[in-house]
Amino acid sequence: MTLPLGDLVAIIPELIVATVACLVLVLDPITPPSRTHWLAWLSVASLVACFGITVSRMDATVTAFSDLMILDPYAGYWKLLLYVVTALTILLSLAYLRVERIHLGEYYGLILLSLAGMMIMVSAADLLVIYLGTELMSLSLYVLAGFKRFEVRSLEASAKYFVLGSFSSGILLYGISLLFGVAGSTRLSAIAAAVGTHGLDDPALLFAMILLVVGFGFKIAVVPFHMWTPDVYEGSPTSVTAFMAVASKAASFAAFLRVFLEGLGGLREKWYALFLVICVATLILGNVVAIVQTNIKRMLAYSSIAHAGYALIGVVVAGQAAADNETRALGLSSVMLYLAMYAFMTFGAFAVVALLRKGGLEGEEIEDFTGLAKRQPLAALLMLVFMVSLAGIPPTAGFIGKLYVFMAAVNAGLTWLAVVAVLLTAVSAYYYLRVVMVMYMREPDPSAGLVSRLTTSPALTLVLASAFAGVILLGLFPDPLVSITTSAVLPFK
Amino acid sequence: MAQLLFFYLAGVIVLTAILVVGLRNPIYSVLSLLIMFFHVAGLYVSLHAEFLAAVQIIVYAGAILVLYLFVVMLLNVKREDRYHYQFPIGALLGVAILTEAVVLAIQRGYSEDVVPSPPTSELSFTGNTEAIGESLFTTYLLPFEIASLILLVAMIGAIILAKKDILTR
Repeated sequence: MTLPLGDLVAIIPELIVATVACLVLVLDPITPPSRTHWLAWLSVASLVACFGITVSRMDATVTAFSDLMILDPYAGYWKLLLYVVTALTILLSLAYLRVERIHLGEYYGLILLSLAGMMIMVSAADLLVIYLGTELMSLSLYVLAGFKRFEVRSLEASAKYFVLGSFSSGILLYGISLLFGVAGSTRLSAIAAAVGTHGLDDPALLFAMILLVVGFGFKIAVVPFHMWTPDVYEGSPTSVTAFMAVASKAASFAAFLRVFLEGLGGLREKWYALFLVICVATLILGNVVAIVQTNIKRMLAYSSIAHAGYALIGVVVAGQAAADNETRALGLSSVMLYLAMYAFMTFGAFAVVALLRKGGLEGEEIEDFTGLAKRQPLAALLMLVFMVSLAGIPPTAGFIGKLYVFMAAVNAGLTWLAVVAVLLTAVSAYYYLRVVMVMYMREPDPSAGLVSRLTTSPALTLVLASAFAGVILLGLFPDPLVSITTSAVLPFK
Repeated sequence: MAQLLFFYLAGVIVLTAILVVGLRNPIYSVLSLLIMFFHVAGLYVSLHAEFLAAVQIIVYAGAILVLYLFVVMLLNVKREDRYHYQFPIGALLGVAILTEAVVLAIQRGYSEDVVPSPPTSELSFTGNTEAIGESLFTTYLLPFEIASLILLVAMIGAIILAKKDILTR
């Protein structure tokens, strides 16, 4: 056996992340407990290196490992987003884990291994590799969700996520095996060829497609496969919740789009209607159920379901059978743009929740934000910006993201869908602005001396500043990101 | 003859799989799982995948099942702990989806192109264990290594979740 050197060079970022993850795990026992933060900084340094390598390779399209992996601008774009989110997660965890008294080195190792799984997912061109990447990502997340082992909610989140996640993986695998039966290969290109020769009405292909929709639908948390989201997001440590809500959703969207556009692109007149129904259901349920939530993490969980619905509008546009390639490319690039915007604002909101955390349940109920503007003006201002952005009000990133998605829908002749989505955005303003109202309009309760001292640290300041800058700068100057997404879309055949 | 063998094996697999979830006594469930594993191995043999059949027996019947038995016996699972109250909904949805799958299967019918191609002449010379080994270390090297990372995560995860003192200062 000879080492495929060229292939290894192609996956250097993945190798770096996996190696540093193992290094962190090995170094953890010999690092004094007071120095655990060194491991976090080591992880961040490796991410910076990977960022540089991926940026330098953005324009090339290379395949590696007998076409199992493909490194194209599309994969590069998602990887850059994942590096940023992971680095922010690690910095957020630095302060948060110490407050929760679970500051262990293994945590960073697992975060990096999960990232390695996501990176494999976004640049895999083979269903088997996509499946393995998904498993690597999810398995690490199951453990991270249960990291607060002494707390029942955290264990419940972990167990629920594990059982439902394994079940959905089984369904995904069943779909993959049926596709293998039809195409004789798990390569996306071979599957696309088989779709071409078998025609649209092959029942085995349709059944496999439905199973894949269920499997991926669970990972991106869309209705009706969203049941796990609120419980898991609420119970997990807040830093892990932020990572799950942003990174795992982005990676799953990336793999899902590649499978459906490249592998099953020929079947798109079949899956288009399916996604249209899922999209509308997700928008309605996510936005309406979020109104009645009293726990901020549960509210953000429903909000993340609703945002997956907005992103799905772009997927529906990209899957239109009648539209020309330009319209469909606009739909795809609007999804990529939307998820980048979503990443910054959702991460920022979770970071503020982590900042206000003081042990127990405090800082997680929306009522705990009462009069925050008087007690912690800066934290309240940051939360205001993130909430306004999530509601899609200009001049924030959330507005630009929604604008491009709605534009893509109108452009593709789906004006009614855009109208429904705008109406539901108005509904969503109610629950986002309620948090703002509670913070600014109410007097702080003097008896509850809550959040007298914030758990600030330089790392946490950096996280909040980056999320804030991302939300404002992308809202004011979206053009550079827009041009990156339009140049990184998948080629349509 | 080959078809008769297939229908015997497939029939027993379906029957024992139903028994696994249907039987009240968890030990009987595990034992019917064992019978199922053996018949799956038989299916592999009938497809000339001798290596897979051997792995099926060694790994599933040998290692995993014994682990299941230990867990069942140590935990002493009670009947009330199982989710029998969800049975009506599950049965309803299961029947609906099964009907859909059967209708789709009948619609498709039997065509030559779904049958996996018979082992190539190269395979019959080298034997399928060598062939699997070679493709694992050449074409499928990357998935093989990813699987090792997944096992690493599972191991670390088990240790973290079972560690005695997790709280740090």
